[in-house]
Amino acid sequence: MTATINDPTAHLTTEDIETLGRELDAIREQIVASRGERDAAYIRKVIDAQRKLELASRAVLLFSLFPPAWLVGTAGLSVAKILENMEIGHNIMHGQWDWMRDEKIHSTTWEWDLVSPSEQWKHSHNQLHHTYTNVIGKDNDLGYGIMRVDENQKWYPLYLGQPLWNFVNACFFEYGIAAYDLELGKNLQKRRRQDPDFRARAKRVGEKIRAQVTKDYVVHPLLSGPSALTTLTANFTANVVRNLWTHSVIMCGHFPEGVATFERRSIVGETRGQWYLRQMLGSANISGSPLLHLMTGNLSYQIEHHLFPDLPSNRYAEIAPKVQELFERYQLPYVSGPLPKQVASAWKKIIKLSLPNGFFDKASEAAKPANLLKLIPGLASAEPKQPVRTAA
Amino acid sequence: MTTTVPATKRKQRTLSLRDRAVRFAEMITTPLLPADYLDIISPLRSGADLRGRIEAIHPETRDAVTVVIRPGRGWRGHTPGQYIRIGVDVDGVRQWRAYSMTSPGDRPDGCITITVKAIPDGTVSNFLVRRARAGTVIQLDQATGDFVLGEQPPAKVLFVTAGSGITPAMGMLREVVQAAGAVPDIVMVHSAPTPQDVIFAGELRMLARQGQLRLIERYTDAEGLLDIATIGDVVEDWAEREVWACGPTGLLDAAEAHWTEAGIADRLHTERFRPTVLVTGEGGSVTFSKTETTTEADGSTPLLDAGEAAGVLMPSGCRMGICFGCVAPLREGAVRDLRTGDVTTAVPGDGVLVQTCISAAAGTCDIEL
Repeated sequence: MTATINDPTAHLTTEDIETLGRELDAIREQIVASRGERDAAYIRKVIDAQRKLELASRAVLLFSLFPPAWLVGTAGLSVAKILENMEIGHNIMHGQWDWMRDEKIHSTTWEWDLVSPSEQWKHSHNQLHHTYTNVIGKDNDLGYGIMRVDENQKWYPLYLGQPLWNFVNACFFEYGIAAYDLELGKNLQKRRRQDPDFRARAKRVGEKIRAQVTKDYVVHPLLSGPSALTTLTANFTANVVRNLWTHSVIMCGHFPEGVATFERRSIVGETRGQWYLRQMLGSANISGSPLLHLMTGNLSYQIEHHLFPDLPSNRYAEIAPKVQELFERYQLPYVSGPLPKQVASAWKKIIKLSLPNGFFDKASEAAKPANLLKLIPGLASAEPKQPVRTAA
Repeated sequence: MTTTVPATKRKQRTLSLRDRAVRFAEMITTPLLPADYLDIISPLRSGADLRGRIEAIHPETRDAVTVVIRPGRGWRGHTPGQYIRIGVDVDGVRQWRAYSMTSPGDRPDGCITITVKAIPDGTVSNFLVRRARAGTVIQLDQATGDFVLGEQPPAKVLFVTAGSGITPAMGMLREVVQAAGAVPDIVMVHSAPTPQDVIFAGELRMLARQGQLRLIERYTDAEGLLDIATIGDVVEDWAEREVWACGPTGLLDAAEAHWTEAGIADRLHTERFRPTVLVTGEGGSVTFSKTETTTEADGSTPLLDAGEAAGVLMPSGCRMGICFGCVAPLREGAVRDLRTGDVTTAVPGDGVLVQTCISAAAGTCDIEL
């Protein structure tokens, strides 16, 4: 196995990697053996709290004509939608709670509050992204097929705009996910457009979008009577807040500096130990409070999640120190940082790679920010707040 | 005639109005259903999935309890002798089991009861006997089974029971003794290891004292197992009686042989406990029931590979146990997790979902694909 840049695994022998794999298996087995009532109570409590929060927020929004009600309702609904998508939906669809054998909290039956149908998301996320994590050309999460995320990708002038469309994608992330699950870029080519399978999937996405839009932008506003317009803006705001938040968290999982990407040929004949190693190097964590972990659906423990995607999310905090100890012992980089730092790092990478290789570093070293802005007008207009001075 | 036509019309209109209301409610709650929110407030309401709340748990013997359950509004009632499936969460995992009901058809408080004896290593029975608490909400199924007295109980009845096999008989017994009218002539031959192991001992002995029942207790630790061929020694008119027998397989097999020999097999009704011990081992015969395909698989071949090799269209994904794209219901049988060695078993009705890519046959199994 080779990472494409500065192979951080060069010091490990094949035997080391397999031993590492067995140690990770042991951590996994400990958790599986101790899953029980406490965990089941946790997810039921989160679901219960989320539904009550959503109901209460929507009730408050019936009076959203009054600005305080709009504020409280929108904030509550945003939080409810974030919980629903991340700690609940994402994790249930990973099969993290399938062991409970509760058909209502099961990966095969769950449908989430997002325009992408769960069936399609499970395929692109669980099967493609989690199996081929950070393998260029196989893992579409790397830039969602529209961005340049690695220096080895050829640069085209079109990539100059990627900071801008990354921001647009962030605002309407749920539609981005739906398009990406449909592999729209590939499937809109003339020949593929007629494919009955693609058409059936596109139809399902259309139906889901219609149901979601009708709920948030027609039915609930109508129920609000005189507050119809303000309820509509509240629901729109909650969806955008949710989109921005989930996009930021997900960007922190694989984009920050220090995360490795892999070549297609490097995973041929990959062993379980090598697969584990790729997950370790291809993911990054977000450090923070228990509240932050809850609001990110514990994807702040992205490394642990990628090692054990089907273990209950409430256990990642407990696994993390053991995993970190392995990183130290095997001398591997455990990438982690607070949310603002990781978000800035991911944005920096996106901006940097929107330019030809070396251009960003040369420019930032040679010039003061003022001069830099003069040199690259496109950069300045696209992302004025980019963290130039945090360059490593 | 003419009056019925508008009535039907009105009925249709209200139905479609109701449908429309439901559809509108679904538009409000999509992608969830209105029920998902209503369940938070009222899990036992009418129209909800059938559930029940444990109201009380009464000890019967040192290893048996009676569980009093208040069923949800959707409960359709039962006939004594029938059984129900209940789903309880033990250590966070939902487990379904069937138990005979021990309450008569119409308890004044509207509750139903099951009586559970803890069996060694029994996950659910031990949980109900030792750990379950009043107030817990459990999943229920409607009552089912044809081990019942029938609309008109016969004049002469014989119950042959052993151990927890007493439970369906108790339901029937309670029903007939509290019913108005003539009480049938009832004899009960019940086997238990010791006098202390007799479930419902107090109530049975009191009914016997009151002359409502002739009770013959047999304590097998001291007296040995009942030889059913000698039933005539204790119940002289056994051949004239309509018989309900429930207990271990050996007892029921012997009873069937004896009654058949006497040419009166039609008088004998039996209720067999489901075999709870599955033979598990390495590999086994795998049946894919929807496609009616059967194949032999060894203990190291994932069911996914076995199915594909047999030409079954298997759903699949990562093939390494992480994506859950290959999950399918195990209708019956045993499978082993190739990563942990853990064995998962299922009996009909369970439909336990297993990941076929990391599960191998651990005995005969039936996958619903």
